Amino acid sequence: MAEIKLNDNILTVSTSPHIRSEESISKIMWNVNAALAPAALFGIYNFGIHALIVIVVSIIAAVAGEYFVQKVRGKEITISDGSAFLTGLLLAMCLPPTLPPYMAAIGSFIAIIICKHSMGGLGWNIFNPAHIGRAAIMVSWPVAMTTWSRLTTSVDTVTSATPLNILKQQGYAKLVETFGGTPNLYKALFLGTRNGSIGETSTILLVLGGVYLIYKRYVNWQVPVLMILTVGVITWVFGPAGLFTGDPVFHMMAGGLIIGAFFMATDMVTIPITIKGQIIFAIGAGALTALIRLKGGYPEGVCYSILLMNAVSPLIDRVCPPIKFGARR
Amino acid sequence: MSKSFRGGVHPNDRKSYTASKSIEIAPLPSKVVIPVRQHIGAPCSPVVKKGDEVKKGQVIASNDAFVSSNVHASISGKVADVAEYPHPVFGKCLSIVIENDGLDEWAEGILVERDWQKLNADEIRGIIREAGIVGMGGATFPTHVKLAPPKDKKIDTFILNAAECEPYLTADHRMMLEYADRIVTGVQIVMKVLGVDKGYVGIEDNKPDAISAMQKAFTGTGVEVIGLPTKYPQGAEKMLIKMLTNREVPSGGLPMEVGVVVQNVGTVIAINDAVLKGIPLIERVTTVSGGAVKEPKNLLLRVGTTFAEAIEACGGVAKTPEKIIMGGPMMGFAQSNLDISVIKGVSGILVLSKEDVNSGKESACIRCGRCVDACPMGLNPSMLSILGERNLYEEAKEDFNLLDCVECGSCVYGCPAKRNIVQYIRYCKAQNAAKAAKK
Repeated sequence: MAEIKLNDNILTVSTSPHIRSEESISKIMWNVNAALAPAALFGIYNFGIHALIVIVVSIIAAVAGEYFVQKVRGKEITISDGSAFLTGLLLAMCLPPTLPPYMAAIGSFIAIIICKHSMGGLGWNIFNPAHIGRAAIMVSWPVAMTTWSRLTTSVDTVTSATPLNILKQQGYAKLVETFGGTPNLYKALFLGTRNGSIGETSTILLVLGGVYLIYKRYVNWQVPVLMILTVGVITWVFGPAGLFTGDPVFHMMAGGLIIGAFFMATDMVTIPITIKGQIIFAIGAGALTALIRLKGGYPEGVCYSILLMNAVSPLIDRVCPPIKFGARR
Repeated sequence: MSKSFRGGVHPNDRKSYTASKSIEIAPLPSKVVIPVRQHIGAPCSPVVKKGDEVKKGQVIASNDAFVSSNVHASISGKVADVAEYPHPVFGKCLSIVIENDGLDEWAEGILVERDWQKLNADEIRGIIREAGIVGMGGATFPTHVKLAPPKDKKIDTFILNAAECEPYLTADHRMMLEYADRIVTGVQIVMKVLGVDKGYVGIEDNKPDAISAMQKAFTGTGVEVIGLPTKYPQGAEKMLIKMLTNREVPSGGLPMEVGVVVQNVGTVIAINDAVLKGIPLIERVTTVSGGAVKEPKNLLLRVGTTFAEAIEACGGVAKTPEKIIMGGPMMGFAQSNLDISVIKGVSGILVLSKEDVNSGKESACIRCGRCVDACPMGLNPSMLSILGERNLYEEAKEDFNLLDCVECGSCVYGCPAKRNIVQYIRYCKAQNAAKAAKK
């Protein structure tokens, strides 16, 4: 009988299962990058060349930071998996377009080196790296972080303050007046022709990207929907002129809520692992955002609310384990 | 019936390699290597010695323990060796090697004609025990034990597990198309032994021809044939019972806790053959498939045929194999060589190429939660794997329900970080067992 040739090949012996899906970390990360791309491109169109520079510098700094850490620690270089790229892109999208690029670079380094790699690298960080980077820049250069460009691309947006800034400092009536009526205000927020951070302005493009991620099953729809709805409900109930006088539509589209809810509050690494836990996370982040907007010193609270909820995610995981089979009969 | 069970994954079933191929009787092997341990329970002791002439169907190893199962000669010939040989599950095992004399003669007094309706339950259990029948889906638990539940457990339902949810495998599928009558009688015999009226046949709906063949064959028997959504692990006992009866087997319990006994397609055919004709379990239908085998087939193989000869019967390998698997790709055992033999629980021999295996480099968990979503047992595989990595096996057992894991592999299948979760879980289980044994 003829021998079956194994070609001197040694058979691989390992535990089951012996087949795996095509899914991989880099596939997930590059898909998220792709989902962010339309809103990022719109930001560049909206704010001009300086926004492009901030994005490019932030991404390069994040990727270089990861390469540097892994090289120094003698670990495998994983910059091609798209996760450092994503951190850089997300951070830039949450920065004012006029920010000096070196500040963006330092934010990226802090995000990657301190937030991500000092905790053990991808998968081990407790906090969302992009938001840690943003928070670090915020406390280091508060003036630069709250100076907004004067938009010239649209007649509706000839202001150098963000809508939330106007609301905080001059009130709702002034806000509506600035935009020339609520329909115009909503339109500017929906399309993105308003002032704000580079990638946070266009509700429609961010939602499209988010829906793509939900379709790819990288994101549970409950998280963005519940976070945004929570903000809407609380800001509606606790309006400026007493109960049920708020403008939930404005609050749900303003500031960094849309990008935060779809792309930050859904960061797998830093949120609870079960759907039940994620729902608690989303509602908590929404409530904190509304609290900061309505009562806090800052006009916007998405970044801090998500970071605060990141901190309690391990606790949420503890109290929301999956229900094991056979427990209910 | 339940609509679906929680969790599960949808691997490409790769059944088209062999789904339309009729069962082929493999050429008689030149020799067989028959391990004395082909079941869960007490191993048998050889009752033949080197140099003996044996006939097909003759008992060559046995044990008087209740949880044990006889081993028979699967060909006629001369005992060439009684020694340790490689075993597909236990690594090494005392085995009886028979050199084929080419005559394929039955031992005397084996073949009989019997009317099963005239036999009582105890007689049938005795026949099943004598015939060495074990669960042929892979678990190899002695069937006569499974059919003798303790008196305090009231059994009211029998389920024929014909889900065949493992990718590649089509042996049960083909048997349903080709051996329908033997399946029906086998099921009726089992239901008589158990004294139950309610019977189900659960088949995944990726086998519509098998569903209609079974529906036709079971007409008028009171047994319901039900098509189940195709989702791995549909054929896991607990999932199957949940789907068909909406009962959840409690944690750590057996199906009989909820009044159910489950048997595999091959097993009821073996029961039919043993009870009606006295034929012991000496052959089985096995799917030989995978991207690296030349001509994938469903083969009727004698127990003890080496993997080398089984693959040879399929034209050999087409390209360099990366892995050789006994059983299905999700729960089967990877083999280190081709000298191991087909035992009673070998539902498939898979010759997988590097592309089939698609293994990647393992990295840290990114907590994406796919494993949690995929786990049919409602566990947190992510956490179990991390605890395993850190040798925290006690915490895994106490706080994270380690022992509920059925090792179906759904978590590993979808893991983007390519983590070997099942390996960590097995490690934790072994460490806990070792610790318990020390006490």
